Amino acid sequence: MALHDPFTEPLIEGDKHYGTIDEQIGGVIQNQKRYHLKHPWYLFLGIGFALLNVLLLTIAWLLYQGIGIWGNNVPTAWAFDIINFVWWIGIGHAGTLISAILLLMRQQWRNSINRFAEAMTIFAVMCAGLFPLLHTGRPWVAYWLFPYPNIMGMWPQFRSPLMWDVFAVSTYFTVSLLFWFMGLIPDFATLRDRAKTNLGKKVWGLLGMGWRGSARHWHRYEQAYLLLAGLSTPLVLSVHTIVSYDFAVSIVPGWNVTVFPPYFVAGAVFAGFAMVLLFAIPVRAQYGWKDLITMKHIDWMAKIMLATGLIVFYGYILEAFYSFYAGSKAELALLQWRINGPYAWAYWSLILCNGIIPQLLWSPKNRRRLPLVWIIALVISYGMWLERFVIIPMSLMRNYLPSSDRHYYPTLWDFSMFFGTIGLFLFLMMLFIRFMPVINMFEMKDLLYKLQGTKASAPPAEPALAPAGGE
Amino acid sequence: MVAEFVHPDDVLAAAKAARDAGYKRIEAYSPFPLHGMSEAMGFRDQRVPWIVFLGGLTGAVCGFALQYYIAVWDYPLNVGGRPLISLPQMVPVTFESTILFAAMGAFIGMLAMNFLPQPYHPIFNTPNFERASQDRFFLAIEAHDPKFDHDDTRKFLEGLSPEAVNYVEG
Repeated sequence: MALHDPFTEPLIEGDKHYGTIDEQIGGVIQNQKRYHLKHPWYLFLGIGFALLNVLLLTIAWLLYQGIGIWGNNVPTAWAFDIINFVWWIGIGHAGTLISAILLLMRQQWRNSINRFAEAMTIFAVMCAGLFPLLHTGRPWVAYWLFPYPNIMGMWPQFRSPLMWDVFAVSTYFTVSLLFWFMGLIPDFATLRDRAKTNLGKKVWGLLGMGWRGSARHWHRYEQAYLLLAGLSTPLVLSVHTIVSYDFAVSIVPGWNVTVFPPYFVAGAVFAGFAMVLLFAIPVRAQYGWKDLITMKHIDWMAKIMLATGLIVFYGYILEAFYSFYAGSKAELALLQWRINGPYAWAYWSLILCNGIIPQLLWSPKNRRRLPLVWIIALVISYGMWLERFVIIPMSLMRNYLPSSDRHYYPTLWDFSMFFGTIGLFLFLMMLFIRFMPVINMFEMKDLLYKLQGTKASAPPAEPALAPAGGE
Repeated sequence: MVAEFVHPDDVLAAAKAARDAGYKRIEAYSPFPLHGMSEAMGFRDQRVPWIVFLGGLTGAVCGFALQYYIAVWDYPLNVGGRPLISLPQMVPVTFESTILFAAMGAFIGMLAMNFLPQPYHPIFNTPNFERASQDRFFLAIEAHDPKFDHDDTRKFLEGLSPEAVNYVEG
């Protein structure tokens, strides 16, 4: 197969006009008959639902029994709960990166994947939020985290990175939700106008809020949308920076390094793009969106994974370098423990998963082999989880005072909670794919107009629109 | 008086022509933002960015004031003799609340300035208007335009080669 030049390939393939875009994307939601019982959607929803129940059971047992059911112990007070929190938050970051940063950079190729990635962000942050909430041990008084005047006369401690985290994550969730919903308003209006059923008209009409596409509205809409993107960009960088402060601001060996903020942000993007690909590859095949999410998109996402992966790999090398350069006994002992201790397999699998295997993406041929890209994305997701395992419990097991070292083992409940949140994520994503417009319709039309407008001076090909009964 | 167009370029040209002909109360409807339409209609509005700016300012002031009040006035804690007001440690929360308020400003400001949610608007009575959110482009000259005249305006719009021209009661 000849090499493809990514710059000459179209972002939208095939013979398209505005109407077919609506049909292709909106039709998935509005023609619910396609979901016969053998549709793979039910299989994945079922898996998600089963795991969601595992999560609910775990939470019930956790609330009854307390967080002693987890493997956390005294030097290792942060373990799976914080690993999973950081892992999920990181996955969410790709969504904001795609929707905000690529929008500001006028990267038109983002249009077909941004909606999807934003939904991923919201669901991932929901999964992430569960962990610190439950880790407080008494989630029913979690509102104590917020500064409000109370009869105890107490206030939160704003010198603590954990408080910064509360503000960063709650802001991140709110802003992502606003951004996502705002992008959906014009699409809800399109669905409202396409709806054939009474229920559809009402639901979409309610959500569309009477959007009528007036030029004045678009004017203000675009102003607000661009500003939101501009606000989300520093926000997304700040969120993972603040998450990394949870570690970097402390004095635990292995945590107290200044490389953490950029290395965490790159890791977040790395993991996030892996998750986008994990979902996008099967979804585009299932729904026949190969001409909207093209090979070019996959190719570019793979390249971003490769680039951020290299930054992350550089971070691993620097971590080891710092230990030698600082020469602190505790840091050196920790490095020994990482590469040679009982959890050395975790460290070396991390290097393999995040450092070595992604190098396969250098080859353009490999980037076009979808099953391979999908497997690499899976490996990266696993690798990024291991990275947090190596950073969090493995650093805590070893301290300045050898007498307080203690080994850490996760319990069954640790795993059931983790897989349970994967179930929650899968379940929500499946509902989203079925009931919401997964690709941004109005931005795709805008893109189509721009692409066809630049190709020739003639106006865009006649929208020979006319699905029967459209008039 | 509402004209319906098939091509985005045509509706842009029509909006320009209407403005050149002296119409003031023009409104265009399209399924996606048409760049250059605001200019063609002579429409300028910077209120949303200002709301965002004020929101951000409010957020920054509130976020900082909250921490200052807590750390210095209401709940001073002496941690190893460090100053009560340590600015670098107040940056993250101040920053986050700035973003939060500014983003709320963008969202709420956009809706409020557009008078949304607004379930009913007379323009929805235009025949075929459901396609304004799909694949058709509409240009309306409103009846309270000083230059509006039922027959002249219809003739003017028909001269712009639209698909259809309709009179819609407002």
